[in-house]
Amino acid sequence: MLLIHCPYCEDTLPELEFTYAGEAHIARPADPSALSDEEWRDYLFIRTNARGPHYERWRHVGCGRFFNALRDTVSDRFLMTYKAGLPRPPLPQETVE
Amino acid sequence: MMTSQKHDFAAAAIRIEDVAPTLRLSLRVKPAHRETLGRALGLDLPTRVGTRAAANGTEALCLGPDEWLIVAPEGTDPAAPARAAYAQAPHSLVDISDREITLRLSGPAVLDVLASCCPRNIAAMPVGSAVRTVFDSATVILWRDGPTDFRMDIWRSFVPHVCALLAQVQDEVMADL
Ligand SMILES: [Zn+2]
Repeated sequence: MLLIHCPYCEDTLPELEFTYAGEAHIARPADPSALSDEEWRDYLFIRTNARGPHYERWRHVGCGRFFNALRDTVSDRFLMTYKAGLPRPPLPQETVE
Repeated sequence: MMTSQKHDFAAAAIRIEDVAPTLRLSLRVKPAHRETLGRALGLDLPTRVGTRAAANGTEALCLGPDEWLIVAPEGTDPAAPARAAYAQAPHSLVDISDREITLRLSGPAVLDVLASCCPRNIAAMPVGSAVRTVFDSATVILWRDGPTDFRMDIWRSFVPHVCALLAQVQDEVMADL
């Protein structure tokens, strides 16, 4: 079982306490009606579908909080987790090929 | 004779009892207003997830950065002083007394029984702490009151499922499996 570090509980806990919640750092447009259909489609549906490090959201049932994680989609390894609202951190050096 | 001996052993290894209903309140308040509201409630609301504070029979458990569960005796009204402090410390305080049913689980086999359905390392929980976690995918709040003494708050509709699992695990413990 994967162990995931919750940045709010400051504890590393089994994945069964967590729920995946899609790609992170996708800001809702401030004025949706000003967008073209293509821009709105991109906001709703188009994702990076990364092979490798992927910025994504998770929710922990313990504290009821959403947070962000950087997970490698090939190895399933969690490279880091951080609180929601923080800027996207750079990729750790060792993961850059 | 054998049967009754076995039964006694199982009863001692894990006891499962209903806990009398209590008043349960869900509190949400921003960190900036935590201290003010805590003063009104007469509780120093803890800030670390999983830690508890108690005073005058009322207990507060920190569930998240801005979320607490307050347990108080039935008939008391901790919401009244909180209401009086609303202007200084805006918050949400909701009566959720009937949402969950509480079981007391105790006895030397209690850690084995909980480990059968909880993915979290229950043995590592400090005595006096409590966590919201899952019991076979049902969300529960687990209070550790002693080394082998726990309370489990279970959402009402999951109680039959949780109790059926507990009975099955209890049988396995009894059979020494
Ligand atoms: Zn958490």
